[in-house]
Amino acid sequence: MRQTISVLVENQAGVLNRITGLFSRRAFNIESLAVGVTDDPAVSRITIIVDSGNSVVEQVEKQLNKLIEVIKVRNLEEDKLIGRELVLVKVNANAKTRPDIMTICELMGAKVADISPTTLTLELSDTPDRVNTFEAMLRPFSILELARTGVIALQKGSGKI
Amino acid sequence: MTGAQALIESLKRAGVEHIFGYAGATICPAVDALASAPEIGYTLVRTEQNAGHMASGYYRVTGKVGVCMVTSGPGATNLITGIATAYMDSIPMVAITGQVPSHLLGRDIFQEVDITGACAPFSKHSYLVKNCDDIPRIVAEAFHIASTGRPGPVLIDLPIDVQNQKLKEYSYPEKVSIRSYKPSVRGNDMQIKRVIGAIAQAERPVICAGGGVFLANAQQELTEFAERTSIPVVTTMMGLSLMPSAHPLNMGMIGAFGSKAANKALAKSDLLIMVGCRVADRAILAPDELERRMSIVHIDVDPAEIGKNMTAEIPVVGDVKVILHQLLERAQAGGQTEWLTRLQELRYEVRHRTFPTTPGYVFPGHLMRQLSRKLQYNAVVVADVGQNQIWACRHLQLEGARFLTSGGLGTMGYALPAAIGVKVAQPNRQTVVICGDGSFQMAFNELAAVRAANLDIKIILLQNNVLGLVRQIQDTPAYPAGPFGVALDGSPDFTTIADAYGIPSRVISEDEQVDGALDELLNAPGSFLLICRVDPKATTND
Repeated sequence: MRQTISVLVENQAGVLNRITGLFSRRAFNIESLAVGVTDDPAVSRITIIVDSGNSVVEQVEKQLNKLIEVIKVRNLEEDKLIGRELVLVKVNANAKTRPDIMTICELMGAKVADISPTTLTLELSDTPDRVNTFEAMLRPFSILELARTGVIALQKGSGKI
Repeated sequence: MTGAQALIESLKRAGVEHIFGYAGATICPAVDALASAPEIGYTLVRTEQNAGHMASGYYRVTGKVGVCMVTSGPGATNLITGIATAYMDSIPMVAITGQVPSHLLGRDIFQEVDITGACAPFSKHSYLVKNCDDIPRIVAEAFHIASTGRPGPVLIDLPIDVQNQKLKEYSYPEKVSIRSYKPSVRGNDMQIKRVIGAIAQAERPVICAGGGVFLANAQQELTEFAERTSIPVVTTMMGLSLMPSAHPLNMGMIGAFGSKAANKALAKSDLLIMVGCRVADRAILAPDELERRMSIVHIDVDPAEIGKNMTAEIPVVGDVKVILHQLLERAQAGGQTEWLTRLQELRYEVRHRTFPTTPGYVFPGHLMRQLSRKLQYNAVVVADVGQNQIWACRHLQLEGARFLTSGGLGTMGYALPAAIGVKVAQPNRQTVVICGDGSFQMAFNELAAVRAANLDIKIILLQNNVLGLVRQIQDTPAYPAGPFGVALDGSPDFTTIADAYGIPSRVISEDEQVDGALDELLNAPGSFLLICRVDPKATTND
């Protein structure tokens, strides 16, 4: 089961190492991990997506809580979160294929970040599902490079962790 | 004031009276500052790992955080096993390592290792100090973190340039407050009521007590709670000696090497109350089975331990001592039950079994039984790891003496240095080491530390010329090749070794010599090595 864990940590060197260490020593893979500073420059938010059983994730949450630099940990429920991911994708594009690619962009709400005679670099910020769709639609045009940021998430409504 | 002076001053403020260490280039400024602080004692170890074990022994009898201080690179990596041993036994410790100059970090210069990175999985917390003005705060935090909540080792990595920097102003914090670190102390009242309710319902309750009871200094409270409710007590290896062995409610140690009475109590119980223990595999072999068969209460200061290896119906998080007080406020008096009588009968068999005699050898059970009778009431017995540990756990009957061992990590060579830590703290306390010829050879270099401080440590060496516990494992169908690589060929003559350190010794090889030899050992004016020849075929089941 995919789970989204949101962690607030002290913005200090070595914290990320300790956190990822907790996952790696239990031999499970982090699907995505995104880190950035919050409105308080002393605090960073880490959003981790893992695909694992409830009991394993519960144990990892408890272990995360034990780390001195971890301020708060919350397993965000799938239907109660807003999750967004940014993708940058460079596709082959010539005069013939460009209009088709642009149609996909318009439909998905993506933007053109860069253009060259033979390529288009597109950006889209959306839910991971829609980013997947976007990627699938572009595949026939031959993707040269692609980078995803990993999901960042907040709870819906007025709640905060 | 330099960073190094600030470190030593802060250690004094934290109440440190002794440091176990090994000097080296990058820790020299701190060692120099220590030399001008006669109020802090210092033991030079012979390898850094043992500084960790000494600090562990020191804490376990004093309740004061153990401190070790070593140099960077190999000094730090040698200490790793000491830190990991402390972590697995939840021993509060502050380990200080020298480090190469900050501006050269990451360049792989002479004696540089990333020790905070290396220790991350088995240290409670660590600091790489970048600014000397942070030293007082970091030291105060390190002691606070090491000793509160679930205790554990904290590492302070101190680059040499930071030790030499001048502080703007020295001020040691009166109070430590870390916003993300607030360990629970009091147990939830609702949960306490549920525990009391579960006890009232139970027909065959049992308390399983572990090392957490010692860590919370709650031996008295636990005994009082068991006595009030008439609930039998079993212990893990780390919980051994928290109640007198002869106490009518003490059923002994559980687990793969445990007593029949204790394991029966665990298996047949309908309510298991776990107090300060963590369901490790050596103690509880089949947690799923217990979950299915009985209600489980788990009391521990570390919420991550509850549900990690076994699901608890009633979790209670907080300080074990405080929670036992809360339980005592509500606990109803119990009485003698059929359940208790049955266990006590089983226990009688265990306690009064007779041992066979093998000519040419000392029978370990007989030795342990005899030793138990001769120990001073408040003695400390430190067992090493291997068959010697299991024989000690199974056959010692300690009525007031404290039992210490490396239960979590199972580090060979723990006993002698840990005993040195005990003795440094409490020179007048009778201290006995039990070790094998394998474990002794991992630690006997510390006889130099014994000698240097003229410590009085009674060492019992069980010599069978083999790594016996490994041999036992290899002697099973799982290993068709049988025993391999476990014969201790080439071992020295241990009496000559003792002699070289100026320590008297004696060798015995018959059960009838045990009585006189133990008297000689325990009455010797100083340290003494008693070598007991043990049948290499003897197993821990004997």
